[in-house]
Amino acid sequence: MIGPVIGVLFDGFAYGMLLFLLSVGLSVTLGMMNFVNLAHCAFAMLGGYVTVTLMNNFRWPFFATLPFAFLAAALVSVVFERVLYRRLYRASDLDQVLLTIGIAFVSVAAAAYVYGTLQQPVQMPPYLRGQVTILGVSFAAYRLFLVAVALLITLLLVAGLEYTRFGAQVRAAVDNQRMARGLGINVDAAFAITFALGSGLAGLGGALAIDIVGLDPSFAFTYLIYVLIVVSVGGLGSIGGSFVAATLIGISDVAGKYYFPHLGAFLIYLVMIVLLMWRPAGLFGRR
Amino acid sequence: MSVITVITAQNTPHGYLQRQARWHPVEIAFWLATLVPFFLFPSYLVLASQIAITALFALSLDLILGYAGIVSLGHAAFFGVGAYTAGLFSKFVWGEPISGLILGGLMAGIVGYAASFIIARFRHLALIMITLGMGLLLHEAANSASWLTGGADGLQGVKIWPIFNTFRFDLWGYTAYSYSLVVLFLVFLVTRRIINSPFGLSLRGIRENSVRMPALGAPSHAHIRKIYTISAVIAGFAGALLAQTTETVSLESIGFQRSADVLVILILGGAGTLYGGLVGAIIFMVARDQFSGTTPQFWYFWIGMLLIAVVMFLPNGILGGLKMLTRSWRAKFSRGSA
Repeated sequence: MIGPVIGVLFDGFAYGMLLFLLSVGLSVTLGMMNFVNLAHCAFAMLGGYVTVTLMNNFRWPFFATLPFAFLAAALVSVVFERVLYRRLYRASDLDQVLLTIGIAFVSVAAAAYVYGTLQQPVQMPPYLRGQVTILGVSFAAYRLFLVAVALLITLLLVAGLEYTRFGAQVRAAVDNQRMARGLGINVDAAFAITFALGSGLAGLGGALAIDIVGLDPSFAFTYLIYVLIVVSVGGLGSIGGSFVAATLIGISDVAGKYYFPHLGAFLIYLVMIVLLMWRPAGLFGRR
Repeated sequence: MSVITVITAQNTPHGYLQRQARWHPVEIAFWLATLVPFFLFPSYLVLASQIAITALFALSLDLILGYAGIVSLGHAAFFGVGAYTAGLFSKFVWGEPISGLILGGLMAGIVGYAASFIIARFRHLALIMITLGMGLLLHEAANSASWLTGGADGLQGVKIWPIFNTFRFDLWGYTAYSYSLVVLFLVFLVTRRIINSPFGLSLRGIRENSVRMPALGAPSHAHIRKIYTISAVIAGFAGALLAQTTETVSLESIGFQRSADVLVILILGGAGTLYGGLVGAIIFMVARDQFSGTTPQFWYFWIGMLLIAVVMFLPNGILGGLKMLTRSWRAKFSRGSA
């Protein structure tokens, strides 16, 4: 009786952690620059394809590919940031939406050109494949691993943001960008680094997502919607908010699909609209 | 822009609006050119009818995005409501097209009016997310209610009677194109009238500064609700036209892709110009017809590239670019002759 409920809750939590990894970068960059980046999941997709290529073509072990998924997404994103995004920080939402949706379109077509439109197969290492039984309830080993990674990264992020000089600069820029500039903080540089870190985390999320949700060129749009929901519900620029929102959305999505399969994704969209109408700035947003 | 002007008969607000409302020869030429497909490309009339429908849809988005500054990522919701209403109406009640068209617009208008109360309250990211969410919600609803809408297989069994009991919908699209074009032109006249009215002017004021307009005595929220409902009705007309001319309604007609496409079309042509959506629709649809035959999945590569280029280099779309060109030519010409 209690087993399935815990199973669904755990699966939902693991899924939520995945969403958190995918969305936390977007939340912080949106909070800092108010830049609507719809290409965020394109960077996540890039991380996923880096892992697939390294594993299938170069026979690398899964763990060794993860840092490269992070690095590739971070490096490519910072190039885009410096070349294209930077010019539009003061432009209207519409221009930002159009530019980034254009980049997302290009990335989808490029992925389809290089890898085809099929799901990419990957073989996880054997120790991540089976089930682990704790107190009579069995958990998928990979999901446990995913939750552990996400919690570790959350701790690192929170600690980094709270206790380092760079973290303080980022917080200042999120709170009041003009004031931060006035105090001599190089907001542009801080933003570029945050952007790279956030996209890198998305890339890592994309790599970790392959085993759970698969990877095909439509990834950039399918998960963009979930990521945007997490960001707007959690509130811009708030790591804690993203964490709570991702957990909420992950659990309600998995539970909704498990208990009310005919409703499909209906529940998630409804939850988002109601939450946004109640608090337009998100659960933890301050603006 | 602001020059000190002496208030004369021409310089009153009414004079300004009247000058704006005057028909330019290029406009007349444009509408005459829409008749060309009948004579020159009779084999492309089906495509021409699709273009007219897409142009109508883009026109409806132009009203809220180009004039009132409301960014919507879910405008296909109203297109879909219109399409499903018209399709279901012809399937279960009768196939008379004009009444189906009006009902499609009406239903979309009701949904749009209900939604407009939410829309008017939000801006920036929350607005984008709410329009996106509402579009996805209706898409899911249409998908789940497959007993009614046919779900992913599309709505089958739509039968449309001849217009006025005389003009049968033919395989070559003569009737379809004439019908779509007439509706497009009539709606265009109405929107042109709206835009060149004091109401249209205050919409542009809301786009430029939504906080200041209420201070000037123009209620932003009420205006946004009005134009959003009008825009939803027009989108519903476009959807109903598509349902009637193709005699089917697919799930794709309410999907995110259509919302994104119409945004691309409008931006490509130039938002806030009335003709932007029409020109964008012609270019987009003809290009898709030409390219997608060979490489359908790479079509979006070029659309994406085009979007990046337009945002970076042509902020007012193709029409804006053309206007700039003619203006600089004219300036050069007048300097040369002086």
